[in-house]
Amino acid sequence: MAVVRTEGLVKTYGATRALDDITLTFPDGGFFGLLGPSGSGKTTLLRAIAGFVIPDSGRVFIDDAPVENVPVEAREIGMVFQNYALFPNMTVAGNVGFGLEVRKVPAAERKRRVAEVLDLVQLGELGDRKPHELSGGQRQRVAMARAIVTRPRVLLLDEPLSALDKSLRVEMQIELKRIQREVGITTIFVTHDQEEALTLSDQIGILRDGRLVRHGPPREVYDNPRDPFTAQFLGEANLFSGTPEPGGLRLADGTLIPGAPTATIAVRAEDLRITLDEPAAPIRLRARLRQRIFAGAMGTCVLDWRGNPLKAIGRDQDFAGLPAQGDVWLSWDSADMIPLSEG
Amino acid sequence: MTNRFLARLGRIYLGLILFFLYAPILAMAAMSFNASEFYQLPFRFSTEWYERLWRNDEILTAAWRSVWIAVVVTVLATAAGTAASIALFRYDIPGKRILQVLLFPPIAIPWLITGTAMLIFFFGIGVGRGTPSVIVGHVALALPYVIVVVTARLSTFDRTLEEAARSLGAGPFTVTMRVTVPWILPGIVAGALFAFAVSFDQFVVSYFLSEPGDTTLPVLIYTAIRKGFTPEINAISTIIIGLSMAIMLVAARYAKFGGER
Repeated sequence: MAVVRTEGLVKTYGATRALDDITLTFPDGGFFGLLGPSGSGKTTLLRAIAGFVIPDSGRVFIDDAPVENVPVEAREIGMVFQNYALFPNMTVAGNVGFGLEVRKVPAAERKRRVAEVLDLVQLGELGDRKPHELSGGQRQRVAMARAIVTRPRVLLLDEPLSALDKSLRVEMQIELKRIQREVGITTIFVTHDQEEALTLSDQIGILRDGRLVRHGPPREVYDNPRDPFTAQFLGEANLFSGTPEPGGLRLADGTLIPGAPTATIAVRAEDLRITLDEPAAPIRLRARLRQRIFAGAMGTCVLDWRGNPLKAIGRDQDFAGLPAQGDVWLSWDSADMIPLSEG
Repeated sequence: MTNRFLARLGRIYLGLILFFLYAPILAMAAMSFNASEFYQLPFRFSTEWYERLWRNDEILTAAWRSVWIAVVVTVLATAAGTAASIALFRYDIPGKRILQVLLFPPIAIPWLITGTAMLIFFFGIGVGRGTPSVIVGHVALALPYVIVVVTARLSTFDRTLEEAARSLGAGPFTVTMRVTVPWILPGIVAGALFAFAVSFDQFVVSYFLSEPGDTTLPVLIYTAIRKGFTPEINAISTIIIGLSMAIMLVAARYAKFGGER
């Protein structure tokens, strides 16, 4: 168990700043999700904590001890790689026991601990298999078992679920959370899947172009994204900007949005209402319905408002009676407006 | 119609290739069992040449010398070549590109020229002819083959395996021996076979760098052909071919060259 802390981490590759002054604390025993689009620096940050990336400046602390002079193999970390990186020439038990073997744990104890951790990930029977004889989900569990059997201080997960298909991914999310809770290990988790990050993490950090844009508990960040990037990156948000007036926000087309708190506001896709007839609601806009996408339980409407694409998400019956295309009315409640800091 | 014609043409072509590759070898093997010293037909089976070979100390000494030199060269070239391949794969050494490019010309340069250059060099530095020079020369010739083959295998190696091993607490040596080497083992075996073949077959460099009297088998065969060919040479050649093919078949079966394991 350990607290991980980074202080002003900077890493440049040529002209790109992969990490730009990252200062962040990963709490003891917590599940911290690092989230961002590809190239945002989230993997670089994880690898800097692991020791594979040497930062240009800044420091990494594990339990308040600086680790810049500690090589990867001595940092006492556990890591799960995107492709699992199981040793193809070793059995499942060999893979899981490797870290113990390197630490010269006696054979009897090694065997006991390997069996124990294989039970924890529900692979008790498969110790003699080779990695290529396993399914994707089973490999994932082996990778997890291998990473935690040495009782590392920190568990680093680099997009561990991205290679699985969707239904398996959801199942493994639950598994991952269960295992992490049972072991109680400080876990740092990289993903580009916002839903996954929201589901698993106690804390999330959002990165963009090597900078930490926002961090905090998932619900807090989701409910109050503060900046347009976070608002659009977490969930589907529609942005509106205009000129603040005493009566509200005057949009470019002359519509007045009463009660808008800031010059730029966001409205979640699930909070937009679409009607054919003009609604009585004080906040309403004329927009054009471009496309209705049926996707099972939930459907999406793609709209166009003065050249800006908008999105509305709802149950399919919410959109019943709407044409496939055409002019519609949009409305929302004033409580659903999210204030944003900058335009 | 056309396809069937092309398929037939391809089969004929393949047949011709195999014929020209193996017919001379088969003829030689057959002649080693023919009683006539002057390759006269009709064929009469005899093992006389093998019996004579067994009593011919000159050939046996040269064969033994070829074998042990090839073994020493194989060990040295494989170890050094594998280590070099891993270093070139793993680290960004200054001048790495130039180094990699410089590895190829020795394969293309005619051995006659390399051999002459080596002779001049070894005399220049005062070592001169002798077994150490032969071994160093052979290792130098074999090294690029090992590096090329091992590097090819390394290019299929997933670096994250090394990272995974390090994250589990393994130092560089353990990572190499437990993770990298097992993966590239087929390449190492193939490289070793190449090294053995380069040394065992080597004529020019051995001829130039050996002291008079210290002949290897290829040099002896060459000299024997000039003095007058005897079917004993057929016999030893047949044995060599049989052994080489056996080694190759076993190695191919074990290593699955180029393929995934």
